[in-house]
Amino acid sequence: MSSHYPLAENLFSDEVHSEPIRAGFGRGLKLAGEQDERVVALCADLTESVQMHLFKEAFPNRYIEVGVAEQNLVTVASGMARAGKIPFTASYAAFSPGRNWEQIKTTAALNDMPVKVVGGHAGLYTGPDGATHQMLEDIAIMRTMPNMIVVVPGDSVEAEKATLAIAKNGKPTYLRVARDKTPIFSSADSPFEIGKAYVLREGKDVTLCGTGTMTYELLVAAEELKKHSIDAEVVHVPTVKPLDTETIQASAHKTGRVITAEEGQIAGGLGGAIAEHLSEHIPVPIKRLGVEDRYGESGAPREVLEHFGLDGKHLAEKIREFVKRVPQYKKGY
Amino acid sequence: MSGNLTLRQLEDKANVLRKDIIAMLEEAGSGHSAGPLGLADLVTTLYFDIMKLDPKNPEWNERDYFFLSNGHCAPVQYAAMAEAGYFSKDELMTLRKWGSRLQGHPERTKLLGLENTSGPLGSGLSQASGVAYVLQHIDNHMHRFVYCITGDGELDEGNIWEAAMFASKYKLSQLIVFVDRNNIQIDGNTEDVMPLEDLAGKWRSFGWHVQEIDGHNIESIQDAVGMAKAIENRPSVIITHTIPGKGVDFMEYDYHWHGMPPNHEQAKEALKELRTLRGKIRSEHE
Repeated sequence: MSSHYPLAENLFSDEVHSEPIRAGFGRGLKLAGEQDERVVALCADLTESVQMHLFKEAFPNRYIEVGVAEQNLVTVASGMARAGKIPFTASYAAFSPGRNWEQIKTTAALNDMPVKVVGGHAGLYTGPDGATHQMLEDIAIMRTMPNMIVVVPGDSVEAEKATLAIAKNGKPTYLRVARDKTPIFSSADSPFEIGKAYVLREGKDVTLCGTGTMTYELLVAAEELKKHSIDAEVVHVPTVKPLDTETIQASAHKTGRVITAEEGQIAGGLGGAIAEHLSEHIPVPIKRLGVEDRYGESGAPREVLEHFGLDGKHLAEKIREFVKRVPQYKKGY
Repeated sequence: MSGNLTLRQLEDKANVLRKDIIAMLEEAGSGHSAGPLGLADLVTTLYFDIMKLDPKNPEWNERDYFFLSNGHCAPVQYAAMAEAGYFSKDELMTLRKWGSRLQGHPERTKLLGLENTSGPLGSGLSQASGVAYVLQHIDNHMHRFVYCITGDGELDEGNIWEAAMFASKYKLSQLIVFVDRNNIQIDGNTEDVMPLEDLAGKWRSFGWHVQEIDGHNIESIQDAVGMAKAIENRPSVIITHTIPGKGVDFMEYDYHWHGMPPNHEQAKEALKELRTLRGKIRSEHE
């Protein structure tokens, strides 16, 4: 394990503590509101669902309900930012940024306004609601937008820190959060800084880069791989943009093989971002794991995850196969 | 800027803006003619009579806000800003050229004095509503107003009606919106492309205070704004009837001029017409 990143205890037992990532956002938003009175919150008819109720109760005067109108949600926020506020907007990721991408681009990103777009219920963990609500393309569509910062916290503890950090960054920012309970691998003392990736576990045979909920699954996979004498390095990438290319490239250089994992489309997402960078700098073999050009479907969250092979056990199998088949990149070949 | 010009002086300024618009568009070789010419009287009245602004201190915290929601009409805003002293008039000739602060559609980060980046339609009204909400419900700046111009074709956008509901719900009485009712959009007349009537009835049913005026009558504009400021508990919309291409005979009423600039010969003809006030001044030599 890495000495720089204090992980939670009992990570691989049944006693691992779980909580929805969105709960961390809700707490963080309230704290951000306490720290800075410029923080305002706008919601599109999903207040409790996206955990904005804590902020609403604490600061009713700075909470704005806009109704089921995601285009208006972000453009009103852009106006509020022009008038000096730090607006957090929240809906389900399928609708914001799913429906209002152009408005975000023109009035927040190109306009360079510190509008925060919080996409709730993102990814496969939105299980039973089905494909319409399982937003899988958000990382890709937000990452291609100049000026936009893209943050995908790995658990609720990190989500709280990330929310506080993006309240202060002065930039248009996308924060992706999930609905269902997921294990908490970070701790109160774990670092979080926008633009930084963290080596959670050191290894020499392969680098496993994960974002969001996939980081925990990769930690589980790494434990499994140990039994097969594969020493995996796990890198947590909570900021997809700007990408911490230094940390990722250093790890790739060390292990000579890279796997990426994300709860979304591999095209253009975290896997896309890492492949783009590494292919231009170090010809290391890469395998991207995630959803491959298809939509999700209804099912219990873990069931859906398993069907897509994105739980720790299935990930470990895919990683073993990759490691067996693909030789490590050696400096100079 | 508010207040000291006579009606005649304001009319003259509007004519100056029209001439600048023609010259800019000819030099640029692309851009929209009809809308900016049609808006010259309204934008002149806003910039030189109604709005509280300081061109030397564009971010002045006591200013009124102006949102051009139909960003393609930028030439009229640029012309007004140059005339008001935000930047030199020479710069108008850089419109749409590489390195210019005067982008084809306005970009806030490029030019100080703009409140928004716009072009994609339907968002300016929401942004204006966001500012009005802050002034009225959070910062308690009750003496400042937010002005917004939208096109009429722009009202096809759903985003507009989302904003209309929002502004009404929150009783944004410091928000004053002008719909540039010139009846044209790119594909033709608005009532053929996507009918808007009963337009006043639509806004009224959304809870807005509605007025309809002749957008080329400066006194009507002044009066309507005075009324809008007096209205409490409701946002105001002023349906401003304008003639697209106003002031240039061969452009007026013709939707083909929506998205087209004049060529050299056309610009010469247009400028002559504007200089001579349609032949009323006979000393013109050309």
